[in-house]
Amino acid sequence: MSAAPLVDVKGLTVDFAGSAKPVRAVSGVDLTLAKGEVLALLGESGSGKTVTMRALMRLLPKSARIGGQVRVAGRDVLALAPDELAAMRGPVVSMVFQEPGIALDPVYRLGDQIAEAVMRHEGASRSQGRARALELFERVRIPSAARRLDNYPHEMSGGMRQRAMIALALSCHPKVLLADEPTTALDATVQIQILLLLRELQRELGLAVMFVTHDIGVAVEVADRIAVMYAGRIVETGSCARVVQAPQHPYTQGLLASRAGHVFAKGERLGTIPGSPPDLANPPPGCAFAPRCKVAEAICTKDLPREYQAEPGHVARCVRLAPAPATVAA
Amino acid sequence: MLIYILKRLVYVTPVAIGVSIVCFLLVHITPGDPLSAILPSDATLELQEQMRAAYGFDKPLPVQYALWFWKVIHGDLGTSLATGRPVASEVGRAVSNTFILSTTATLIGFTFGTFFGFVAGYFRDSWLDKLASGISVLGVSVPHYWLGMVLVIIFSAQLGWLPPTGAGPDGSGGWRPDLEHLRYIILPAITMSVIPMGVISRTVRALVGDILNQEFVQALRAKGLGEYGVFKHVVTNAAPTALAIMGLQLGYLLGGSILIETVFSWPGTGFLLNAAIFQRDLPLLQGTILVLAMFFVALNLIVDVVQTALDPRIQRG
Repeated sequence: MSAAPLVDVKGLTVDFAGSAKPVRAVSGVDLTLAKGEVLALLGESGSGKTVTMRALMRLLPKSARIGGQVRVAGRDVLALAPDELAAMRGPVVSMVFQEPGIALDPVYRLGDQIAEAVMRHEGASRSQGRARALELFERVRIPSAARRLDNYPHEMSGGMRQRAMIALALSCHPKVLLADEPTTALDATVQIQILLLLRELQRELGLAVMFVTHDIGVAVEVADRIAVMYAGRIVETGSCARVVQAPQHPYTQGLLASRAGHVFAKGERLGTIPGSPPDLANPPPGCAFAPRCKVAEAICTKDLPREYQAEPGHVARCVRLAPAPATVAA
Repeated sequence: MLIYILKRLVYVTPVAIGVSIVCFLLVHITPGDPLSAILPSDATLELQEQMRAAYGFDKPLPVQYALWFWKVIHGDLGTSLATGRPVASEVGRAVSNTFILSTTATLIGFTFGTFFGFVAGYFRDSWLDKLASGISVLGVSVPHYWLGMVLVIIFSAQLGWLPPTGAGPDGSGGWRPDLEHLRYIILPAITMSVIPMGVISRTVRALVGDILNQEFVQALRAKGLGEYGVFKHVVTNAAPTALAIMGLQLGYLLGGSILIETVFSWPGTGFLLNAAIFQRDLPLLQGTILVLAMFFVALNLIVDVVQTALDPRIQRG
């Protein structure tokens, strides 16, 4: 990570101008993504992970107000004109959607949907676009690829559709691939295949990948680094291994405890985090997790904790990591 | 595709036969003796019986139906009681006039309807949407004969720009595609177009709003398409439904324009139906209704086939 990171986000905020009170879905996210790195953005529903990711390519509804700074491959994304933004989407950043069944145009042939992107960005002819589509279909290992190019999305299974979606996302050789829970809509055996495929393509193409998921198992499978999000903020960031082995933030600890992955004795109860996430229209002062935190202190509900370093490259927003104040001996 | 069309044709046959039975029965259930309209009131009982036998009204209904049906499939719809001319030629002329009027009206309505619908759908909840939706609600709710009369008052009576009634300068004759006849079709066509315009624009507004909210539109933007590129996809997605609505509207207009044709004295099927009802001209009434019903059946078939051709999600089987 010596060179400038491919993705550099500082103080990102996203507000949705709701009917009554604006909702701050993302409140001050900093993150970086280097070339060839895989970052998993981990969090529960409504934690702002998908919004954060979509803000990277400004793919948010008109009611969204994006603040802060977003730089992707040297471009100031928030300052781009509409045509510059469109030109960036595809060749620089592209996205694999959660549900390929609804993210592909139902009345266009898959080959044409890919060819369209190639034609748009590279000024290629339709046949050149289709040739690229065929290449990509083979690359993502869709059987009888040539025939499948003429399929409509509803003619394929969920796993095959997601492969086609990945092929579409890769069609213009992006530098950064955003994957929004790409395996959530699939069943377990297909999930693994898609994850392995993504991992393999990422290594071969040297892609920077940001992977949004709520599944720690998935994050561990693909990621180099993990960023845990809660209520619109990143509460813990670190290497995949360290975050899982030595979680620092109580929320991360709770998430890991609520996994059913380990073999546990019959009759033993699964760990849970009591309570529910805060209302983002009325966020609590201080640490957003404090009301649910077992180890919260008085200060937690007053001031927003800053990031403390637990070890090099591993930080968490929790006051318990604050170095002990140098008390003056009486 | 060919097999699909053949299959649909087979399915349509029982529908068509059912429609013909209903047509036949409807007319025969209505009270009143059809012959009383053409016979002088002092006609002898003997003469009445004679006429009854001549038109076949003395036979039992099923037999009458069978005879009628046999003739119908040979292209003979009987003879008009009022004019003594073959029903088929009367209906044929009226149908061609109505067809021209309703097609023109549907095309006008479809053009403006899709335009307003797209504007309203794209700029949902803006003043443009309210304006476009307001126009279309007005189109659906204004009584059309009233609109027709208002247009006649303004453009014919006051301004004298356009002829108020008829299909051409030579009286009640047929419509021909020339400049002189074109002036006659403008007012009735505009009046009539208001109906499909309203329906189509409301449907298209809902369709476009729905399509724009779908995830795949986000995905299209994510692959770098601009507004025009996305628009093409929206059109392709909206087309099957919009065309289906247009087809059905054309069907309604082909059969349901009695009021407008009467207001404008347009020599079409509605006008003919009106005359047939008032003159108790049973064969003419029967023939007209049957032809109109068959139009509707045929149109539905065409709509289905076109929609299947356009929308890959519909099974061709």
